[in-house]
Amino acid sequence: MTGKTVMKTSNFSLFYGSFKALHSITMDIPVNRITAIIGPSGCGKSSLLRSFNRMNDLISSMRTEGSILIDGKNVYSQDVVELRKKVGMVFQRPNPFPKSIFDNVAYGPRIHGIRDKYKLAAIVEQSIRDAALWDEVKDDLGKSAFTLSGGQQQRLCIARALAVEPEVILMDEPASALDPVATLKIEELMEKLKSKYTIVVVTHNMQQAARVSDYTAFLLTDSERSGNLIEFGPTTEMFTNPSDTRTEDYICGRFG
Amino acid sequence: MIFRKFKQYSAFSAMWLACGLTVAILLAVIGYVIIRGFSHISMDFFLTPPRGGLSGEGGISSTIIATLYLVGTTLFFATPLGVGAGIFLVEYADSVRSMFVQKLVVIARFGVETLAGVPSIVFGLFGYALFVTTLHFGFSILSAALAGTCLVIPVIIRTTEEALKAVPVSYREASLAMGAGKWETIWKVVLPSAITGISTGIVLSAGRIVSETAIFYVTLGGSYRTPTSLMSSGRTMALHVYYLAMETRAFDKALATGAVLVVLIIILNLVINTISRWLSA
Repeated sequence: MTGKTVMKTSNFSLFYGSFKALHSITMDIPVNRITAIIGPSGCGKSSLLRSFNRMNDLISSMRTEGSILIDGKNVYSQDVVELRKKVGMVFQRPNPFPKSIFDNVAYGPRIHGIRDKYKLAAIVEQSIRDAALWDEVKDDLGKSAFTLSGGQQQRLCIARALAVEPEVILMDEPASALDPVATLKIEELMEKLKSKYTIVVVTHNMQQAARVSDYTAFLLTDSERSGNLIEFGPTTEMFTNPSDTRTEDYICGRFG
Repeated sequence: MIFRKFKQYSAFSAMWLACGLTVAILLAVIGYVIIRGFSHISMDFFLTPPRGGLSGEGGISSTIIATLYLVGTTLFFATPLGVGAGIFLVEYADSVRSMFVQKLVVIARFGVETLAGVPSIVFGLFGYALFVTTLHFGFSILSAALAGTCLVIPVIIRTTEEALKAVPVSYREASLAMGAGKWETIWKVVLPSAITGISTGIVLSAGRIVSETAIFYVTLGGSYRTPTSLMSSGRTMALHVYYLAMETRAFDKALATGAVLVVLIIILNLVINTISRWLSA
């Protein structure tokens, strides 16, 4: 693999109680690229994604083995607040807070201690611009985020994630609740964002993975229902010339 | 075919009748109290204290003050306790792994369920035994407020729990994923979203304090003098209605006070509706 690595996952296993959800995953997330995680339902793609920013910590019986390093530091032995500042997340369904558009985007900077009005305003404007939403909302920043359409809400959520200046943005099926036009906008936005950020996206939509990603990871459950990394490589290679027959079968739509 | 139409028609008529009767009964009660009561209401009625005695002379000024004093004091104790407990049960209880705390949580949940259905006089007896006699608070606003706190805490805990559970998990996730702490998330995202439901519970409790009698009969005493401190005895409006009706000849004044109570409760309900509309807008 060429280029620099921002996140290094080695022999990473995840357990919920006695159930092993992920089995010994090893993959490096390259910087300023879009990495897609694909696989059938229940293969552990969301679990893997949520391991990168420790959102799995919310489940009390959770346990891990192996390591995930970000900038050389183990994700699971550093301060979770610092980690999540570095690794932002966008969810499956748009989930803006019941606050104004401005306050939604200012939420992150505020909790990380920025109080200055002008500084906040500047961050909010820049983040909304970066999320390709500025022209649509610039006159309505005081309005409730719920007045926006689903696609706009999702771009607002991206702006909200950008406002804390993360290095990596995790996206959990970010377009699955959106119509095709809104989906296209999100995909174009991802393309634009990768010059500044590293993106890891979970998708069940293979066309989407093929369209937007530079690298693809294919996950599949083994006989114990644990998620295994079957293949990981440049997207073009994987979609034209997969090295594992299971990848080929999945991509061709023979199962999943 | 005709039979089915007949069934449909008779079912409709029965429901309509049930609904009509209910409304009629409600209006009759409220109408009777308000119409008969209002003829005795004047500015004087609100501004003079009761004078005591068998004839039930005087107005209700001191009982209004006692009611407000008691409601304020009770909510002062009950709100932080009830809301705090509700937050703990919904947001924290499941993440505490200590067996002891887990057991405590089970007992707390059971207690809240049970206490919500216990008759208020039982809280009154408890309050009498503990606050009035054992702790020597006597018949006082303090004793009554503490007993009242026990009475309304289950209401506040439950409404707080319901309100918090109604806040989507996705809000919490979004906040946590940005590096907010748990308390920050609760304070800045969850509570603002749940404030409507929580305030409803608090106003509901205020209504409960205004309308209960038995519990305060045995903790607040019955002095019709204006309470001057937490240690003063007193008489709420609802208690005053009871005294007037049972111990004086001024049944009309009891109705008048009742009418004021009815109007007060209507106002409280309007407040609840306004809060929900205003906050969810």
